[in-house]
Amino acid sequence: MKVLVAVKRVIDYNVKVRVKPDNTGVDLANVKMAMNPFCEIAVEEAVRLKEKGVASEIVVVSIGPKAAQEQIRTALALGADRGIHVETDEEVQSLEAAKLLKSVVEKEEPKLVILGKQSIDSDNNQTGQMLAALSGMGQGTFASEVVVEGDKVNVTREVDGGLMTVALNLPAVVTTDLRLNEPRYASLPNIMKAKKKPLDTTTPADLGVDIAARLSTLKVEAPAARQAGVKVADVAELVDKLKNEAKVI
Amino acid sequence: MSILVIAEHDNSSLKQATLSVVAAAKAIGGDIDVLVAGENVGAVAEAAAKAEGVNKVLVADNAAYGHFLAENLSELVAEVGKGYSHILAAAGTTGKDFMPRAAALLDVAQVSDIIRVESDDTFVRPIYAGNAIATVKSSDSIKVITVRPTAFDAVAESGSAAVEALDTVKDAGLSTFVGEEKAESDRPDLASAGIVISGGRGMQNGDNFKMLEQVADVLGAAVGASRAAVDAGFVPNDMQVGQTGKIVAPQLYVAVGISGAIQHLAGMSDSKVIVAINKDEEAPIFQVADYGLVADLFEAVPQLEEELKKVV
Ligand SMILES: Cc1cc2nc3c(=O)[nH]c(=O)nc-3n(C[C@H](O)[C@H](O)[C@H](O)COP(=O)(O)OP(=O)(O)OC[C@H]3O[C@@H](n4cnc5c(N)ncnc54)[C@H](O)[C@@H]3O)c2cc1C
Repeated sequence: MKVLVAVKRVIDYNVKVRVKPDNTGVDLANVKMAMNPFCEIAVEEAVRLKEKGVASEIVVVSIGPKAAQEQIRTALALGADRGIHVETDEEVQSLEAAKLLKSVVEKEEPKLVILGKQSIDSDNNQTGQMLAALSGMGQGTFASEVVVEGDKVNVTREVDGGLMTVALNLPAVVTTDLRLNEPRYASLPNIMKAKKKPLDTTTPADLGVDIAARLSTLKVEAPAARQAGVKVADVAELVDKLKNEAKVI
Repeated sequence: MSILVIAEHDNSSLKQATLSVVAAAKAIGGDIDVLVAGENVGAVAEAAAKAEGVNKVLVADNAAYGHFLAENLSELVAEVGKGYSHILAAAGTTGKDFMPRAAALLDVAQVSDIIRVESDDTFVRPIYAGNAIATVKSSDSIKVITVRPTAFDAVAESGSAAVEALDTVKDAGLSTFVGEEKAESDRPDLASAGIVISGGRGMQNGDNFKMLEQVADVLGAAVGASRAAVDAGFVPNDMQVGQTGKIVAPQLYVAVGISGAIQHLAGMSDSKVIVAINKDEEAPIFQVADYGLVADLFEAVPQLEEELKKVV
């Protein structure tokens, strides 16, 4: 079966994020960009499904500026077969991303679509669910285990109270949580091979999707900084402070 | 303006988070109805009717909603929610699952995880793991919003709203419930506990978490963990605090053997008082801690239990 994986280019999770002095956003000039960590887990899961003989082809899609092709190449180096780049320099919000992906899904007809549960920039946690809704598919969000059985997929989900398993008819959408797998690193030969793998480019206009944003960001501010407090000498002093100074116990 | 709040519950009791979502709804202003969808939810509906400021409780009681499957819930929420200007739910794993799906069915955007209401169309939310705070304005006719419960003080339970049964049954037929592993604990709920004590990789194994549980028992606290402790299998996933785990804001948060990565801080930095116990005096957690103790946790934690027993 064909698996479609969506990946997003975001600020590297190790980078210290700084708000721009004019409060219009965060400073992305000259900072390291990378594949969103949850998307790496999505790619890894698809590759493992292929290694198990469950998946036959992995198509990776990314929406974003030209540079997003770097993340598609990374996914190809990790084991995806073919890439689709939906190129745009506009800001694409979750609903519009879901609409773009829906149109890719209609063309590619994958049995399974895997996405990260959230991207570490906007922290929205929406796109997979929206794609599932628009495509009329079931959704296994926050997955920690994915087992394909015949025309169904069983997804174990990380939920507030523990774990919950659902069975979804295929085709279905899965969004990844941290414990689904531990992504591998791309080897140098595979990075070289990835350069020759096919990568098609399309645009929101080609796909017939209006990507006008519904939400506008009025301002972006730095959070109120917490002051470092004091060091205590020992446990007795700590308990004394908690009881008599902070009065929280 | 009319606001529909989707109750969070486990079919038997209303989650405290719902009262915080009602508080967010009050901040927006307008008539507030609560939708309780689940199976055998009579008691939940009664509890929701007591939430201060609620006009009406709508009850969709059917097996199709018993396990909160997003495919079914989102269809219900989209249909009932059509008549409202705002639809709100708590940003827990249930709300995060069905709300974006409902938003897409309504062809509107979702504003996730708001921490403040500026006006009926403008909301404040953290982005980049809380390293930036965005003010966003929605141009949609229906505003679909998930609310960070710790950012809003729960409303009182002094109301007496009318309860009305709905007979809409939505079964999308796309998904079925297979099973669940619930983490059973007699301790308070992590997300709403007044005191939280969390362990990290420094705990070394799951057995050592017993030390934290003993302290928690003295304080009536909940026990949490860092991602590293969950990934290593010391404790279950539902204990993870952070950007991609649970958000907590207790009166007192005690971080034990946790370095203080930005993704962890995102989940606890709104706590009133933070205590860090770490043997590395350079650990970043000390930069946010009100009280820092540089010590080996294997000595400090048992001492802490003894000292606390003397005073609480
Ligand atoms: C996409 C993404 C999402 C993430 N989401 C989360 C999240 O939601 N929550 C989260 O917590 N992390 C999250 N992380 C992981 C985060 O980046 C850190 O890796 C993690 O928080 C580290 O956990 P830790 O502090 O327990 O471990 P470490 O960083 O290894 O720190 C262990 C600490 O224990 C101390 N220590 C060791 N032994 C002792 C001892 N005997 N006595 C006292 N102190 C001792 C050490 O000095 C050290 O400071 C995420 C990462 C990514 C990429």
